[in-house]
Amino acid sequence: MQRIGVFVCHCGSNIAATVDVAKVAEMALMEPGVVHAEDYQYMCSEAGQAKIADAIHEKNLSGIVVCSCSPRMHEATFRKAAERAGLNPYMVEIANIREHCSWIHKDMEEATKKAVILMRAAVAKVNLNTPLKPGESRVTKRALIIGGGIAGIQTALDIADAGYEVDIVEKTPSIGGRMSQLDKTFPTLDCSACILTPKMVEASAHEKINIYTYSEVEKVSGFVGDFTVDIRKKARSVDMDKCTGCGVCQEKCPSKKAPSEFNRGLNTRSAIYTPFAQAIPNVPVIDREACIKFKTGKCGICSKVCQAGAIDYEQKDEIITEKYGAIVVATGFDTINLDKYDEYAYSQSKDVITSLELERVMNAAGPTHGHLERLSDGKAPKEMVFIQCVGSRCSDDRGKPYCSKICCMYTAKHAMLIRDKYPDVNVTVFYIDVRTPGKNFDEFYRRAVEQYGVNYIKGQVGKVIPQPNGKLLVQGSDLLDNKQILKEADMVVLATAIEPNPDVRKIATMLTASIDTNNFLTEAHAKLRPVESPTAGIFLSGVCQGPKDIPETVAQAGAAAVKAIGLLAKDKLMTNPCTAHSDELLCNGCSTCENVCPYGAITYEDKEVNDHGIREVRRLAVVNSALCQGCGACTVACPSGAMDLQGFSNRQIIAEVDAICR
Amino acid sequence: MQELINRAKELLENGTVARVLGWKAGDLPYNPEPAYFESAESLKDFVYNGFCGANLSKYMIEASKLEGKTLVCLKPCDTYSFNQLIKEHRVDREKAYIIGVGCKGKLDIEKIRNQGVKGIESIQGAEITDAADELKIQTIYGEKTIAYADAMLERCHVCKGKEHKIFDEEIGESKETKDGERFDEVSRIEKMSPAEKFAFFQKELSKCIRCNACRNVCPACSCRKCVFDSNKFDSSQKANVDSFEEKMFHIIRAFHVAGRCTDCGECSRVCPQGIPLHLFNRKFIKDIDGLYGEYQAGADTTSKAPLTNYTFEDAEPSIVGKRG
Repeated sequence: MQRIGVFVCHCGSNIAATVDVAKVAEMALMEPGVVHAEDYQYMCSEAGQAKIADAIHEKNLSGIVVCSCSPRMHEATFRKAAERAGLNPYMVEIANIREHCSWIHKDMEEATKKAVILMRAAVAKVNLNTPLKPGESRVTKRALIIGGGIAGIQTALDIADAGYEVDIVEKTPSIGGRMSQLDKTFPTLDCSACILTPKMVEASAHEKINIYTYSEVEKVSGFVGDFTVDIRKKARSVDMDKCTGCGVCQEKCPSKKAPSEFNRGLNTRSAIYTPFAQAIPNVPVIDREACIKFKTGKCGICSKVCQAGAIDYEQKDEIITEKYGAIVVATGFDTINLDKYDEYAYSQSKDVITSLELERVMNAAGPTHGHLERLSDGKAPKEMVFIQCVGSRCSDDRGKPYCSKICCMYTAKHAMLIRDKYPDVNVTVFYIDVRTPGKNFDEFYRRAVEQYGVNYIKGQVGKVIPQPNGKLLVQGSDLLDNKQILKEADMVVLATAIEPNPDVRKIATMLTASIDTNNFLTEAHAKLRPVESPTAGIFLSGVCQGPKDIPETVAQAGAAAVKAIGLLAKDKLMTNPCTAHSDELLCNGCSTCENVCPYGAITYEDKEVNDHGIREVRRLAVVNSALCQGCGACTVACPSGAMDLQGFSNRQIIAEVDAICR
Repeated sequence: MQELINRAKELLENGTVARVLGWKAGDLPYNPEPAYFESAESLKDFVYNGFCGANLSKYMIEASKLEGKTLVCLKPCDTYSFNQLIKEHRVDREKAYIIGVGCKGKLDIEKIRNQGVKGIESIQGAEITDAADELKIQTIYGEKTIAYADAMLERCHVCKGKEHKIFDEEIGESKETKDGERFDEVSRIEKMSPAEKFAFFQKELSKCIRCNACRNVCPACSCRKCVFDSNKFDSSQKANVDSFEEKMFHIIRAFHVAGRCTDCGECSRVCPQGIPLHLFNRKFIKDIDGLYGEYQAGADTTSKAPLTNYTFEDAEPSIVGKRG
């Protein structure tokens, strides 16, 4: 029989205001095995921990239950306190009477009743707990960054500067990401490429950084400190070692009708292409779907003109398997599809564009060589209308419920740049709110209004109607003047909501990293661990975690790097002793557990068993406890109940349920 | 049937197999039982007729441990169970010599009795060589004739097909028997209100006497030790002391075989209380088909079962909430 101590925390008034803590302690004494119970104001304080240690010594406790906050907050605190007092840390159970009880209830009687039940369940479990001992696992001192935008580049540079090897995997032919598509950046209006390309060059030249472009993560196995990742290097059809980047192949390529991804499809590119002039690596890829040689077998002009003999039509996808200690997700974002927003006539008129498309229009390397012109007829616009929150802050399922955060600022930037360069163009912005919380942000917006005379109208646009004369009739409302507005515009720019890169779902699944309903990766703690995924060893950088601008992205990228470095700096990690084990006499050898194990921790061996006098060789499941992460998938899949999880055994869980239902 | 016996004799005599697993006549004309035959002369008791519903694949778990090969007679639907057992590493393919036997639908004595046929002395028309059109039944009250299809087991009306999914050789003709839709009854129950559903299952399961026949005959219930028999779990030794426990046994059993049940229908065939136990399993199969695409357990030995496999196309867990 265990000798159990129960410690009930007041958490100031957080718990004590709703739960009669003294009553919980009093009731605890009636539970089997409980020999000590007390309540205290702050169990997590030095004094509170001392009370636990004293009771362990004085009452010779073999297990303890702390009725307090979520184990995510203080389980580690109390385990350490117990360990210091000579108790095995796995003899500690937490009854969460704060988040699960006091915070969500108002009635004291009801809440106390529930707190007693939660205490009872934890006591029932401790009665069946056994001391557990963690093992050790090694740390591979190499980091993987998924995504080569500014977030991925910054994280890679910071980790590499600390002396660790870093691999960047980028899906497109070049690193640079969304930032490389931007023309100017707010609030300083410096040229995006001018500040980004030095970083790209630095990453590519860094001796600790290895870049896989035109590559994707295909498979992830293992766990924190010891991930094994398969990377698919897609066939570039160009030998990276031979290519000199002269660009002749792109000039001579006869297939020039593929839409340019980099220019958001506003113009076309050749079938063999580098996405933009500053691309890193400066090695083109052949788009096999657009290439005449691949489609018909005839052509091969690029191969003929290539002095370096770098063109290789036979090249195949290559799978590279590498081990990593830490993985950083930096998969970034895209703008949402506007199919559900037909009222803005995006699909009907070439002169209705997204803000990201406007970035390309304003850029000297863009489809109009930086001239602001209508994409339908090339005429200079006189009236421009910007519509904010297209798909952001949306209450129905057409768009996104969140604020995309960057649109207010980039629209002020666009408006200002247009007014500066083309003073004869009138710029009107329809907005719901203007949100500019950031260093020098509100000053920037006010400059657009006050100094550049941008016309801001509070109100939404209901409809954009293309007119026979080529103009766009914008129908909106002015909420401050309470009137309807009909305005003829030459161009309409939609501040389109951003969403996580659609690939993130697949990547999150491979990493077993959780994502929220909007496909943003979830943090381990929204406030206190914002750059870590709840999955150990996975870190978050940039917009994959939530909308953010460049300064925030770079700051978060650095933070993610520090967390990764903190992990890589360790030589060994303590492993979780709560791993699965199979009962040889119950195991059927059916492979169900092997099929469901996400970590490949289960194998089978033929072993002789003595089952109550019957000696026979049986096929039995064997768990590699170094690989097992204690997820418990095998224990629920096992039809015979042979598989059990240490620290969370079927018996313990049933005991908890029984205690609750008693 | 003589062809089957002759072939079995031949294989026994030339040493290909050490024994034959088939059926022998019981004490009544309609209750043949599974049996081993280890010599050519013992095969004189061998029968294979319309009443040989028993699925012999589960017997191969123990037979796989014996010396030499076992000749096992498997009907088309039994081969699904055998494949599933291979998949679960419970039988040894190398220890089995499978004769895929033809099937013209298997008979349910209860269905005959329910048509008012009492005092049965003998039954004609149930031999595998017969046309399976009608049964002539000699009773102490005289001769009765009933249509073969009217005496068939429920499972034969929704037959998965007469193709053997695994065999070394095939003997005997088959006849298509399917004339109903497999999930009709499940759909009918799905349409009931929760209260009606509860009442339906309460009524059926309250008949259970916990004889364990369903579990013992079920090829998916092949655990070395059932959780209901193991003292490692608090579920052990729970008799039918209350209405909760009688439901618990069957519901837990249905969960344990979910995704592995081939819908062979043995559970319902052997239930002495006539509980339509297969409905639980069929509901799971219908749900699995709907959520993950059509899947027939035991159709092969290599495909991954949807409940123990993960693909990016899998239904999100929230779909269960939405379906209600």
